[in-house]
Amino acid sequence: MKKILSYLAFVGPALIFFIVIQIIPFFMGVYYSFTSWNGISSATEWVGLENYKKIFTNDERFFDSFMFTTKFMFAAVLISNIIGFSFALLLNSALKTRNLLRTAFFIPNVIGGLLLGFIWQFIFVRGFSAIGEMTNISFFQQAWLGDAQTAFWGIVIVFAWQISGYMMVIYIAALQGVDTSLLEAARIDGASTFTTLRKIIIPLILPAFTICFFLTISMAFKIFDLNLSLTGGGPFNSTQSVAINIYQEAFTNNNYGLGSAKSILFFVVVAIFTTLQVMLTKRKEVEA
Amino acid sequence: MSKRYTKKTFVLEIFAIIVAFIFLIPFYFVIVNSLKGFSEILIDAAALPKEWLFSNYIKVWQILDFPRAFWNSLTITVFSNIGLVIISSMAAWKMVRTPGKISKTLFVFFVAAMVIPFQTVMIPLVKLGGMLGIMNSIPGIILMYFGFGVPLSLFLYHGFVKTVPIEVEESARIDGCSQFGVFWRIVFPLLKPITVTVVILNTLWIWNDYLLPLLVLQDASLRTIPLATSSFFAQYTKQWDMGLAALVLGITPIIIFFLFLQKHIIKGIASGSIK
Repeated sequence: MKKILSYLAFVGPALIFFIVIQIIPFFMGVYYSFTSWNGISSATEWVGLENYKKIFTNDERFFDSFMFTTKFMFAAVLISNIIGFSFALLLNSALKTRNLLRTAFFIPNVIGGLLLGFIWQFIFVRGFSAIGEMTNISFFQQAWLGDAQTAFWGIVIVFAWQISGYMMVIYIAALQGVDTSLLEAARIDGASTFTTLRKIIIPLILPAFTICFFLTISMAFKIFDLNLSLTGGGPFNSTQSVAINIYQEAFTNNNYGLGSAKSILFFVVVAIFTTLQVMLTKRKEVEA
Repeated sequence: MSKRYTKKTFVLEIFAIIVAFIFLIPFYFVIVNSLKGFSEILIDAAALPKEWLFSNYIKVWQILDFPRAFWNSLTITVFSNIGLVIISSMAAWKMVRTPGKISKTLFVFFVAAMVIPFQTVMIPLVKLGGMLGIMNSIPGIILMYFGFGVPLSLFLYHGFVKTVPIEVEESARIDGCSQFGVFWRIVFPLLKPITVTVVILNTLWIWNDYLLPLLVLQDASLRTIPLATSSFFAQYTKQWDMGLAALVLGITPIIIFFLFLQKHIIKGIASGSIK
C-alpha cells in the first residue's frame, strides 16, 4: 500500500496532466468526429460516418491540402537532410571557425515558424527583387509567392533554411562517434573520400538518419505557423497544409464535428508515415 | 576528416564562411530595412539606409505593447519549464527505479502519444478547457503546456536516469533519508545535464508556439510575442517599415537567449536527439 502511494506521488502528477490535456481530448475528438457539433450549441447530434463520407466524397480542398502536404513533406525532408548532412560534413573537419559557423547555421531554429514566415515574406517580395535588379538572375525576379508552383518551393526553401541547422547538429554528433581508426584504415587501403563516405560513414551513422528523417517528416507533415504567415495557404489555396485546413474547418467555418473527423484522419496518416519510416530505416540499421 | 590544418582545410574554411554569409543574408535584409522609411524600402531594399531611422521601433514598441507581450511570454515559458522539470523528472525516476509491467506500459503509453499531432487534440481541448475554466488565462495555458510537454521531457529523463548509479541512493535510504529526500537531495542534482537539455528544448518550443496561445488566450492583454506580432501584421499588412521593426523586436529576446547559451543548446540538442 505504501509502495503504491509513493509510486502515485511521483508518477501521478505527470500522468494526470498528460491524461487530462492529451488523452481525454483525443478520445473526445474521436467521439466528436461522429457528430455534427458546431462548437457553439450544447446539443451534438450523432451522425455516424457522415463526416468521414463527406471528407472522402465531397471535399476536394481537403484532398488537395493532403496532396500539397505530402508533396511538401517529400521535398522538404529530402532537401533539409541533404543540406544538413552537407553542413555536418563540412563542419566536422578541422576548421578554425567551426563553432562560430555551427552557431550561424543553427540560428534560424531558435526563431518560431510564424516570425520566420513573415521574415521570408519580405525576402521573397522585396529582397529577391532587389537582388534580381542587381544581378539580373531570373531566379530572383519571379513573383515567388504569387504563383502556385514557386510558392510551393518558397515554403520548401524556408523550411529547409530553418531545419537544416538542426539536422546538422544531430549529424555532427553522430559523425563524432565514428571511430577514426576505421577511416584511417580505409585511407591506407586507398579508398576515395566518396567511397569512404558511402561504405563506412553513412552505414555507421544510420541511426542519425533515422532520427533526422523521423523529425523532419513529422515537422513537415504538421506544418502550420510557417505556412500561415508565409503564404496563408495561397495563392488560391494551392499551398494550404492539412493543419491549416483542419484549423479553418473547425474555427473559421465552425464545423467542429467535421474538423474532428479530419483531425482523426490526419492522426492516422501521421502515425502510419512515421511508424513506417522508423521501421524501414531501423531494418537498414540492422543489416548494416 | 584528418584533424591537421592543411591547405585543403583552408579552402574549405573560406568556402564555409561564404556559405554562412549567404545563409544569413535574410537577417541583413530585415535589420537594414527596419531602419528605413517606407518609400526607401520600395526603392532599394538591398542598400544601407540613407538615414538611420529608429522611429519605427519606437512606434512599434508602443503599438505592440512590447513589454507586456514579452512579460507574458516570459511568465508562460518560465513556469511551464519549472513544472515540466519537476513532474517529468520525478515520474521518470520512479518508473526506472520500479521496474515491472506497470512502469513499462506507462512508459510506452507516454511515448506513443508523441505521434498525436496537436491538431488532433486542439478542437476538443478548447471545449474541455472551457469546462475546466482554464481558458483565457496564463495559469491555464501553463497547465496545458504541462500536459503537452510531459511525453518528451519524461522520455529524455527516463533515458538519463538509467545511466545514474543506484548505489548512492541505496546508502542514503539506509541512513534514513525519505524517498523525496533521496530524490531531491541526491538524484535531482545528478540529473542536471539532462535538465539543461529539457529546459532548452521546452523553452524553444513554448516561447515560439503560436497555435495554442491563439486558441487559449483571447484577451489582447494576455498576448505572447508571436500572437502580438501576428495581429500586428494583420492590422498593418505590407507596412514593411513597421512590420520589420516588429519582427526584429520579436526575434531579439530568443536570439539573445541562444547566443548566451549556444554551447549548451547545441550540445543539448545533440544529446537529446541521439538518445
